[in-house]
This record gives sequence, structure tokens and C-alpha cells, in this order.
Amino acid sequence: MGFSNTYIVGFITLLCLVCSLAVSSMAVQLKPQQDINKELDVNKQVIRVAALVPADEELTAERVTELLTHVKPRLVDRKTGAYVEGDAKAYDPKKAAKDVAASTPIPDEFKGTQVRRLPDVLRIFEVTLPGKECVVLPIHGYGLWSTLYGFIALKPDASEVVGITYYEHGETPGLGGEVDNPQWKAQFPGKQPLDAQGKVKLTVKKAGQAAADSPYQIDGLSGSTITTNGVDRMLKLWLGENGYGKYLEQVGGAR
Amino acid sequence: MDLINLAIKAIFIENMALAFFLGMCSFVAVSKKVETANGLGIAVVFVLTIVTPLNALLQNYLLKEGALAWAIGPEKAAGYDLSFLGFIAFIATIAAIVQIVEMAIDKFSPALYAALGVFLPLIAVNCAILGSSLFMVQREYTVLQSLVYGFGSGVGFWLAIIALAAVREKMKYSNVPPGLRGLGITFIVTGLMAMGFMIFGGIQI
Amino acid sequence: MDKQTKSILLDPLYVKNPITLQVLGICSALAVTTKLETALVMSAALTFVLVGSNTVISLLRNRIPGSIRIITQLAIIASLVIIADQIMKAYLFDVSKQLSVFVGLIITNCIVMGRAEAFAMANPPAKSALDGLANALGYSFILIYVALFRELLGTGAILGHELLQPVKAGGWYSPNGLLLLSPGAFFLIGLFIWVQRSISPKLQEEA
Repeated sequence: MGFSNTYIVGFITLLCLVCSLAVSSMAVQLKPQQDINKELDVNKQVIRVAALVPADEELTAERVTELLTHVKPRLVDRKTGAYVEGDAKAYDPKKAAKDVAASTPIPDEFKGTQVRRLPDVLRIFEVTLPGKECVVLPIHGYGLWSTLYGFIALKPDASEVVGITYYEHGETPGLGGEVDNPQWKAQFPGKQPLDAQGKVKLTVKKAGQAAADSPYQIDGLSGSTITTNGVDRMLKLWLGENGYGKYLEQVGGAR
Repeated sequence: MDLINLAIKAIFIENMALAFFLGMCSFVAVSKKVETANGLGIAVVFVLTIVTPLNALLQNYLLKEGALAWAIGPEKAAGYDLSFLGFIAFIATIAAIVQIVEMAIDKFSPALYAALGVFLPLIAVNCAILGSSLFMVQREYTVLQSLVYGFGSGVGFWLAIIALAAVREKMKYSNVPPGLRGLGITFIVTGLMAMGFMIFGGIQI
Repeated sequence: MDKQTKSILLDPLYVKNPITLQVLGICSALAVTTKLETALVMSAALTFVLVGSNTVISLLRNRIPGSIRIITQLAIIASLVIIADQIMKAYLFDVSKQLSVFVGLIITNCIVMGRAEAFAMANPPAKSALDGLANALGYSFILIYVALFRELLGTGAILGHELLQPVKAGGWYSPNGLLLLSPGAFFLIGLFIWVQRSISPKLQEEA
């Protein structure tokens, strides 16, 4: 059967209208729930990396709210390590990194992390739950295909790692994406991030090459060398003097 | 240089066909002869190189959160996040570009058009094309990076499909068990080729 | 059930399986099968889209002008996929994180386009919905088979529950890393095709 040109144009216009309406109304209606999910996910990650609950405990939204009362966001000056007054909850480090006045370009040795600028004021989370005190540091850096965003939790005096986690990344599922696998992350608790001089010693070695009894070495993932190299680079950046290093020096005492 | 690294990664280390398994349908179906595989490969390079940066433009200046800053100012733009329209927008771009490329090739090189035949329109539903645009969004590439990434992905696909076609042509003279003939042995050969491409994973650039 | 309906429902499960015989839907089948959980979610999402798109396209089949046939089908399919993705991000957030890029690839999943062209454009809605369901089941069947072996032999667990204790956890099983990587999926499907065509010689191809 033949269709007139008017029919064709009319048909496609109507189709576009109906499809866009259906899709947009869905998106708008579900957005609040999606945003809640995202925020809940980040909060869950902070709670898990700080080991506030046993690994197999299901985290409900109410439990998360209850536990968040023990998590305090704080602002620190990146260059001196001193606390900075201000609204830590509302602070957006990503925005600050784009502001030329509030950030510094990254030193050449860390260009591989593809972090362009470092904000001069960093945000950390101090966990005050008795018996589980620790400090959660947001970290990010480039892997093979994407920027990985995560947290590393350290004991309050920076003597030991409590945990590490990644809440956002675009690495290959099953390969680089395994940095988010609990079994790989389980290597981190108990390791020492810094050596006696306060320099970053925590390192991710190539798969199978980490010394079993070393307090500083993490075994990499076979098939995901580039992603785990990214993790290693990220750790050296954020735990070192260009990241949270000065702050860690303050809390650990110069050693 | 960053862009060269990106290209090498796209061609070898995360090859669209052999590491991500995108574009498998045409990969398996069109690889019976080297000549047709070559035609499809070149067409894919064409389309990917044009489509990926175009979609990056769409994403960066229209769809993502705050993208409309150039038109209505950053404060107003921050409230608009049209990224959920990504799938439709990208597919529409791909279908349109494939149509235009088809018409252009028909006009400027009828011989090539005849050689490609039905495979040109089939590219519109090739998962590798949409896949590379979606990865571009996820990895937040700029327009220039998208151009390089699109080109690299296309070349990687091209390499893979010619290699498979060459192997299949030779296998016509082998004694393949009846149950494996055709599709079965193609899968196994592709698996072996994928293993071969994995050696690039250890390269540090 | 009459003979034709029976054939629509049962053929795609074996004789005309979308993956092993029609050569459709292979891309995502290989990519999401490292874990049984993601395979199951992908199967569910595809079923929703395939049944939905077949039904809608079939309802409109006499009104779609030939010159814009492909883009119309794509528009309908893409809208359904976006809706499925939005629902997952709102109510199944953890799983949607894992599926990420691959959900969008359902749009270009050849099965959806293929069945729309081959069946929905020429058949009434009820039958088209059935055809969509059957092909989705055939696809899911293969997906689950591959994911089962990849997760079990690759990590020693199924759905995260440990069945074969890996050496790293103090057990005896040395996980087969090859199965977790891409080639493993290819070999598994190749083997299935071999077995299937050896059992049913009618399905074999010419040399």
C-alpha cells in the first residue's frame, strides 16, 4: 500500500512525540529515586570501607542513616595538612579542582593518573564510632579506560589500612573491573601505607609477584595490569605529599 | 603522546571484536571471504571515525548535565540533564550517517558501492558502532579523543575481521568435523584469536 | 495449542535458537556471562524489550511506511530500552552498575531487530508477543549455560555462593582463569554448537 508524503511526515512526528513523552516522563519520575540510590551507594561505600559493619551484613537505608551519624566530613588544607573551617558537607572537590584559583596543576610525575588539577582544600571523612575510629580518604585516578573513584580508609594515626573500595569506574567487567571484587580488596586491611620516614610504601605489584609477608605489597590482578598500575599510581599520588600526605604527617606525628 | 596511546589501546589492547565482542553478528557472518570482509572493515572505519566525534559533540554540548551552558548560561544549564536521551540520539546519528555514507559512496565510487552491497546499511545495527559511542560517554572523552578512539576502534575491527576471513578461507581445505563446520569452528577460531590478542594486555605505554 | 503456535513457541529454544543457529544476539551474550547474576538480569531485560517491541511493532505493522521502516523500529526499540534502563537505575541500582554499557547494546542486539523484521512486521500482535518471548527464552537458555560454566569453573562460585573452594581461600580448586576471559565464552558456545549439530545432523552446514 502506498503512503502519501503527508502521512509519512505526520507518522514520524507522532512517533517522535509519543516516544519522547514516554521516555521523558519515566526519566523525570524516576530521577529522585535514582539520585537517592547514587547517594546511598556512596554512603554505603564509606561505611563498608571503614569496616563499620561485618562484610556480609545487608545495609538498609535506615541503618546507613544511623551509621552516618558517626561519620564526619572534614576539610583539610592540602599543602599544610591543617584542618580548614567551613561547610564540609556542601564542599565539592570536583568543582574546586576546575577552579583555577582554588587548585594547583598536578606535578609531572603523576600525569599518568589523568588528574589535571588538585584542589587546595581536600575533603576527608572522620569516623568516630568507638572501637572503629578511622579516616576515609576519597581517591581517584585513571585506570585503563576510565577514571576510578574510590575511598581508602586508614587508622586515625595512618599506621594501617582499614580498607579500600571503588564506587565508580568504567573498567572492563571481569578484568580491570575486578579491582572492585571483595576478594581482591581483602588484601588491603592490615597493610601499612607508609614507611618509617612517612613516605608512601604501599604498592600494587604485578600479579603473583607480591611478597607474601610484606606489609606494604599488594598482589595485582592477572589480565588487568594496566588497571592495577593505575591503582598503584593513584595510591602514590593521594597518600603522598601531593595528596593527603601532609595531613597524614600531622595525625601520625612526624616519624 | 596521549592520543597515540589511545589509538594503540583501541586497536590492539581492547579490540572491539576480539576483546569486547561487539559487532559479532556481522563479524561471524561476513568473514567467509577476505574480499567482503575487507569491504565491511573499511566501511566500519569510515562510519566509526565520523560517528564517534559527532556523538561526542552531542553529548558534550546538548545531552549531559550542564551541557547547554553555551546557550543559556551555566546556572540555568546545570538544571538540565538530558543524558537519558543518549541511546536514541546516538542511534539516530548512526542511522543518518550510514545513510549519508551510503549515498556518498554510491555517487563517488559506484564500484565500491557495488562491492559493499548490503553490508553498508547493516552497519547501522552493528553493536560496535553504538558500543564505541557508549564507551566514549562513560569515559568522558573530548571530541578530539573521540575522533582518535573511533578511528582506532574501526581499524581494530577491520584487522580482526580480515584475519578471521583469511583463516576461514584456508580452512575450506581442512577436514572439519561435520558438527563443527561453519559456525562452530568459526567460534573456536575466534576464541583462539582473542587469546592471541590478549598478549597486548601486558604492554605498558 | 495449534501446530503453528507450538512451533512459534518451541522452535527458538532449540531448532532455531537465536544464538547457535540464527547467529543473532552474540555480542551481549558473550560479554555479560562472567557472572550468572548479570546473565540473569540481561536475560530479563531482553525478554521485556523483545516482547514489548514485537508487540508494538506488530500493532503498527500496517501503518509503518516502508521508507522509514528501519528508523521507526529503532525508535520504538530504543525507547523501550531506555525505559528498562531507567527502571533498573531506580530499583535495581547495584545490578545496573554492572551492566552499564551493555544495557544500551540491547538496542542493537540483532535479535530484537531481526525478529521485528522477520516476524512482527508480518504477523498479528498476540503471535508476535509469543515469538518475542520464545526467542528471548532461547537466548536466555544459552546465556545461562555459558554463565553457569564461566562463573563456576572460573571462580568456584555460583551467584556468589562458593561451591568449589578456591586455593586462595584455602581450598583445593584452582580456578580456570581462561573461562573468565573472553575466549572461554567462545569455546563454550562452539562446543555447544558442536554437540547440538552432532545430535541433530539436519542442522549442519555445508563445508
